[in-house]
Amino acid sequence: MTGPVLTAVDLRKGFGAGDRAMIALDGVSLQVGAGAVTGLIGPDGSGKTTFMRLAVGLLLPDAGRISCLGLDLSSQSGAVQGAVGYMPQRFGLYEDLSVRENLDLYADLQGLPLQERPERYAALLSMTGLGVVTGRLAGRLSGGMKQKLGLACTLLRPPRLLLLDEPTVGVDPLSRRELWRIVQGLVERERMSVLLSTAYLDEAERCADVILLHQGRVIGQGPPSSFSAPLRGRVFLVTGPTGQRRPLQARLSRQPGVRDALLQGDAVRVVTDSAEAPDCTPLGPSVSCAPAQPCFEDGFIDRLKPRTEQPADLQPLDRRRSAAPGATAAAIEVDHLSKRFGSFTAVDAVSFSVRAGEVFGLLGANGAGKTTTFRMLCGLLPPTSGRLSVAGVDLRRAPAAARARIGYMSQRFSLYAGLSVTQNLRFFGRAYGLGGRRLRQRIHWALGAFALADLADAESGTLSLGYRQRLAMASALLHAPDILFLDEPTSGVDPLARREFWGRINALAEGGITVLVTTHFMQEAEYCDRLAIMAAGALLAEGSPTQIREQVRAAPGAATGPVETLEDAFIALIQARPQTGTGDARPG
Amino acid sequence: MRAQASHRRLLGLLRKEWLQVLRDPSSIAIAFVLPVGLLLLFGYGVSLDARNLRIGLVIEQPSAEASDLVSGFRQSVYFEPRFFDSRQAARSALAQHAIDGFIVLPADFARRLQAADEVPAQAIVNGVDANSARLLSAYVQGVWSTWLQRELATRSSGPSEPVAAETRIWFNPELRSRNYLVPGLLVVNMTLVGALLTALVMAREWERGTLEALLVTPVTLREILLGKLLPYFALGMGGMALSVLMALTLFQVPLRGSFWVLVACSMLFLLAALGMGLLISIVTRNQFVAGMIALVTTFLPAFLLSGFLFDINSMPVVVQAITHLIAARYFVAILQTLFLAGDVWSLILPNAAALAIMAILFLGLSRRLLRKRLE
Repeated sequence: MTGPVLTAVDLRKGFGAGDRAMIALDGVSLQVGAGAVTGLIGPDGSGKTTFMRLAVGLLLPDAGRISCLGLDLSSQSGAVQGAVGYMPQRFGLYEDLSVRENLDLYADLQGLPLQERPERYAALLSMTGLGVVTGRLAGRLSGGMKQKLGLACTLLRPPRLLLLDEPTVGVDPLSRRELWRIVQGLVERERMSVLLSTAYLDEAERCADVILLHQGRVIGQGPPSSFSAPLRGRVFLVTGPTGQRRPLQARLSRQPGVRDALLQGDAVRVVTDSAEAPDCTPLGPSVSCAPAQPCFEDGFIDRLKPRTEQPADLQPLDRRRSAAPGATAAAIEVDHLSKRFGSFTAVDAVSFSVRAGEVFGLLGANGAGKTTTFRMLCGLLPPTSGRLSVAGVDLRRAPAAARARIGYMSQRFSLYAGLSVTQNLRFFGRAYGLGGRRLRQRIHWALGAFALADLADAESGTLSLGYRQRLAMASALLHAPDILFLDEPTSGVDPLARREFWGRINALAEGGITVLVTTHFMQEAEYCDRLAIMAAGALLAEGSPTQIREQVRAAPGAATGPVETLEDAFIALIQARPQTGTGDARPG
Repeated sequence: MRAQASHRRLLGLLRKEWLQVLRDPSSIAIAFVLPVGLLLLFGYGVSLDARNLRIGLVIEQPSAEASDLVSGFRQSVYFEPRFFDSRQAARSALAQHAIDGFIVLPADFARRLQAADEVPAQAIVNGVDANSARLLSAYVQGVWSTWLQRELATRSSGPSEPVAAETRIWFNPELRSRNYLVPGLLVVNMTLVGALLTALVMAREWERGTLEALLVTPVTLREILLGKLLPYFALGMGGMALSVLMALTLFQVPLRGSFWVLVACSMLFLLAALGMGLLISIVTRNQFVAGMIALVTTFLPAFLLSGFLFDINSMPVVVQAITHLIAARYFVAILQTLFLAGDVWSLILPNAAALAIMAILFLGLSRRLLRKRLE
């Protein structure tokens, strides 16, 4: 079979009606080729899941046609469902059934004959490495194991087309890499066709063909190299004096002709408008520039970033004092901090310290204990044991005093959807004890600094994700805290909004505010001054991105492959970790 | 071949559901603990009989007749008499809710009785709780008239025997309200249990995203519905059996109809209740909302509008019409007939037919509204 396995023609799909109407897919036409991995790539809300659901007949299109394996989905969805394998975002597992019982159920549903089961089970279990845990309840598996079990359940009867909806979101990088190994093996050995959606742009390079979705439209389709090829000769790594990468990035991003400037290790990765290196001479004598390989994300940004828009001039927000370089005052000190819920240890004797004015990242997969650590730091959860002080105050003794000096932005932004932008700001300001002239001043500042003035009277619920994120951050900063906590602030936000957001974080750090941020994006960890890597409640490593890479390289026998990226380092750290044999995920 | 595959899929779904029931005790709690708990609570708590009514007696001047009347109150199971010296004392006791009413036998009680001029005693009843007040005054009347008749008979002075109305009570000769309340309670409980069992499980599959994965397998909607219905039908029948057993043994309610008719009607009713739960679940897709809707649409109407506590015939016509939409109404009629009267086919058959129609309606609607799609 050489023709496409999936064809969509001018596909349209919307949800809701009236004011709440939302267009998920806006005229999507594409073809998915046979015998290869096709990546459906785009940020949250770009229409990936809607497309997947249309492709398996779970949704009907408003207009346009879609056919799968030569069968039209509007009339023959039953036949399609018998021939494809589909793994939804949450893997579709029954958590109170064991691994084996889940396999049995899906084998029954897919009509796998009894006599073929032992052999098929053995093959799938060895492929996924789940053979040792067949009796364990699916709900007690780690995120990575759940993902592999979900995959095994869709593969019981080898489908001709495998559809995976964001299989790698929130799982640790080792599991991610293993999933890719499995998928690539399926394509090579069984000539399976795979359509995989993801929000991680770095996964595009692993696909044979990439479909880039943005706001319900196809921005481009082709092999990943076709996205990065036009940028050849336009990508550079600029290295400056140590400890100065953040100001260097800020200055580079304001330079005309520079399309994108990102922190990467100790250097700044620069994409230019034309094949001309950025002008390093005004930046100082010790600044050097070297060409670099373009990657998929460079291509994405190049296609999406409006040519005309100048980068927002992000002055240091709220400068209170200049952060003295090499300042030693610790803003946050955590010593053997543990949190247990019943018999489950969510955070296990974690120690680290954060210096004033630095951007500190907590990196880990879902269930690694990041959010629990965060909630303890903000005084929302009492620790089971250990010591922690925030802004010099022991949280166990004076939580209120510490809270007045911290700002917290939760994963869900915690805004009142029915209130306008100004009303939200006023509410949060009052909640922090601001009033009168001071409150008016701060609201005025927030509307200006976060470019929300035009939307001051708009209802928060109607704002786009990116604007809601800005408003949430403004609310957390109204009382001018010394320390800002950001819990997965960028999950689901598209790369452009993410860049802008990190621009603001950098500006805050320049202004001397300490920023603590959690993330499961490896790339974002590169933007942090220092970071701590967490897995299963324990701290695996702490240091600057470069230090962590070097630590892993230096550890004898720890790394099995080259350690070039933080992801490599993370994987090596997980592999080197003594296996406790539980590997249980956090409940819920 | 096809039938065999379908058979295997259904078996797979049934096994899965059964394992989930065993692992997550909430379904078992709903099926067994809930009806038992409610039956114990309401069976003992709800009673329309007034027993041990606290009645005050003010005897202004003792006499042979007065103490004879007092012994009539003392012997009655309905009264717990207390004595007061004066009307004032009795009145303040009434105001403090220490007694439910009081009777005054005036100083000239014996003399006026001899003269037979008019009723010489006075009864005062606390009317705050109208139902208890009515019962109390009826019982007082009863004791009074029994005593009066006896008195007149012994005297045989009256020229004519007063005509006494004689009441005969059929089906529940002891007039134990429990005998008709417990079957009704059983219905109320099983309405809630049936709807909750299915309302929560289907919504749970929506919430956890497992239904999305199920729908993309070759499984048919009929298999999904049967896979949900059968296990909870078995659980529900178990809960029903336990409740009937409690009614017969613990509450000593007689079963005068046939056991198998009871089983057959219970099955019909349970299908209707489970079907309603499924329908709620399919429409709401959310456990919390489904639970609330199941509670409000089953428990309250079954309690208030099924004829279990309040006579349907004395409701306004509009409300009467609405009661026809409540499955509990038919099952209350069937159970009260089966427990208290016997196999009265003219009552059982039309009500059973109504239950069957409701079961078909709810299950049919569930089948229509459940799609192999997410919208």
